[in-house]
Amino acid sequence: MAVSVDEAVSTGPARDHPPPARRLGGRSRSVLEVALLTVLAVVMLFPVLWMIETSIKENRDVYAVPAEFFGFTVTMDHFKDVFVGPDGGRSALSVAFLNSILVAGASTVLATVLGVPAAWAYSRFAVKAKKDQLFFILSTRFMPPVVVVIPIFLMYRQVGLIDTKLGLILIYAAYNLPFTIWMMKGFVDEVPAEYEDAAMLDGYTRLQAFRRFTLPLLVPGIAATAVFALIFSWNEFVFAIFLTSSDSVRTAPPAIAGLIGGTTVDWGLVAAASVVFALPVLVFAYLVRKHLIAGVTLGAVRR
Amino acid sequence: MGTVAAHGLCKSFGKVQALDGVTLDVPDGSFFVVLGPSGAGKTTTLRAIAGLEKLDAGSVHLDGRDATGDAPATRDLAMVFQNYALYPRHTVYENIASPLRARRCSSREIAAAVERMSSLLHIERLLQRRPAQLSGGEMQRVALARALVRRPRAFLMDEPLTNLDLKLRVEMRTELTRIHRSLGATVVYVTNDQVEALSMADQVAVLKEGKVQQVGTPTEVYERPANRWVAGFVGSPPISLLACHAEGDRLVGAQGWTLPRPRWTTAQGGRALLLGLRAEDLSVEQCGDASLSGELYGLEPLGDRTVVDVLVGTEILKVKARPTVTGRPGERLSVAVDLDRAHLFDADTGLSLSGAGR
Ligand SMILES: Nc1ncnc2c1ncn2[C@@H]1O[C@H](COP(=O)(O)OP(=O)(O)O)[C@@H](O)[C@H]1O
Ligand SMILES: [Mg+2]
Repeated sequence: MAVSVDEAVSTGPARDHPPPARRLGGRSRSVLEVALLTVLAVVMLFPVLWMIETSIKENRDVYAVPAEFFGFTVTMDHFKDVFVGPDGGRSALSVAFLNSILVAGASTVLATVLGVPAAWAYSRFAVKAKKDQLFFILSTRFMPPVVVVIPIFLMYRQVGLIDTKLGLILIYAAYNLPFTIWMMKGFVDEVPAEYEDAAMLDGYTRLQAFRRFTLPLLVPGIAATAVFALIFSWNEFVFAIFLTSSDSVRTAPPAIAGLIGGTTVDWGLVAAASVVFALPVLVFAYLVRKHLIAGVTLGAVRR
Repeated sequence: MGTVAAHGLCKSFGKVQALDGVTLDVPDGSFFVVLGPSGAGKTTTLRAIAGLEKLDAGSVHLDGRDATGDAPATRDLAMVFQNYALYPRHTVYENIASPLRARRCSSREIAAAVERMSSLLHIERLLQRRPAQLSGGEMQRVALARALVRRPRAFLMDEPLTNLDLKLRVEMRTELTRIHRSLGATVVYVTNDQVEALSMADQVAVLKEGKVQQVGTPTEVYERPANRWVAGFVGSPPISLLACHAEGDRLVGAQGWTLPRPRWTTAQGGRALLLGLRAEDLSVEQCGDASLSGELYGLEPLGDRTVVDVLVGTEILKVKARPTVTGRPGERLSVAVDLDRAHLFDADTGLSLSGAGR
């Protein structure tokens, strides 16, 4: 993500302990630092730049050997191909993008709606064997999706969830829920329970006290957690490729992967589809970057 | 209207026994102070009464009705929290209005009530601010206003004045007493400040390590402490305790002194005793029938009086004297003792041995 560690540190609530002056601005970095960071940036960003470049090159230039870095003709045809099918109607890729938006959005909402109250309960109430429960919840995340995808495939076939968007939404929500609970519990722990106590003495019920006084304070945390859940669902590939097959259900990652593997590969289209796929998350992460930092530095800035 | 009765409250947090059978009977309309040092369980007691703490054992009766399992909202109590617990996103106005909003009062009623409270507590200027923009003392007054804005069955106040500076604290002490009298409300007031307890309370319960040590009027607690710990905690400067034992009609100190044995004590001979002497019952300026001799250890001028530390053997006696008193460390002194006002404690159990006839 386009946020440097320095920015993350200086925007955090650790204002009382300003970092050493050397770290505050880019101007006073040492030459060595600048050089190393430049090398790192080039190495990290080269594939991204190459992808963007490929997406706006004409096919002729894409396959040119040696590759042209600058002297190529710019075209938007690949992007048109992403959205418009050969018959002039909607392309399969554009349907996949809409599916991705729906599946990622709905599964994130579901995980958040279930996870926030659960986190609140784990934070506020004396739950029996709380630590064991929390560990169990977390342990479901230890497994890579590949490990469980076969049993889930079989179960989904039994209940008719195979090749449905609902099936993907449910599995993504289930997969994001442990993470949501853990991350949100950290945020709820930060909000003093006394606000709810005071509200209950004012005459509100427990739930009202939570809704009116604690929930508004959790919004940044919810935003941060939701972004992480959203990114997972948006990028998820393994479940998607195993559990869905038809074009009307498939999400973008398997759809893009499906572009590769024919006799010829339209690299311009692949690159354009990848750019379109990467953009929403980038834009979204940029918009909520403050909350993201709050989420990432959680724990590090605890008083 | 509002009696609060807590019986046998027990609560432990892991290994810490925060409350160990706390029993309090707060009569209707009384100003009841729970006094104890930090960690005594005062906050836990209040939270138990408010219904915020699930008890291991014990019951809470409000107006004679068992309310042990009731939700806090249904108990009709108002509480001032030790750390204010003001809603950070709400303005001062909304904080004070919150109990009325919860009860769906009209906005006209709310405006009138908030105005009344803010002028009472001198926070009119602060109404549009948020808690983060307030000083500690201002937050405390807002917390008080939020509690006082309605007429609950009883007020629970957790050290509401500790964070105020001295002048404001004294002012608010009088103000709270006045509010209490004019409302005739029941107040359970928690503090670790014995001056506050003695000056404001109708009744004091002294709490230590989750156990009630003594309940009584301020005078009773001060004049007839139930044990050496209460005697030491209540009163400033603290009471001086001298090790001794009874021999016939005399008290013989571990440091070699002797005094006539007070008539009122029930102490038997041979037991290890502690003689408790308050600073105002001792004098270095007068002579009496009974006296102890020692040497001047130090002077502590307090403006209106001076506390003289007298070394008797290896034990220190704190003696109240006029501010004009002078002396040099090491100087020999004779301290007159008012034995009728002295206290005797069993050194092992700590319990008072002063007979009931005093
Ligand atoms: N939520 C809690 N978790 C663990 N221990 C607690 C908790 N609340 C209070 N205690 C412990 O119980 C004892 C009494 O606390 P408290 O009632 O806050 O004392 P006080 O208000 O008199 O200072 C203390 O030893 C404190 O550490
Ligand atoms: Mg306390």
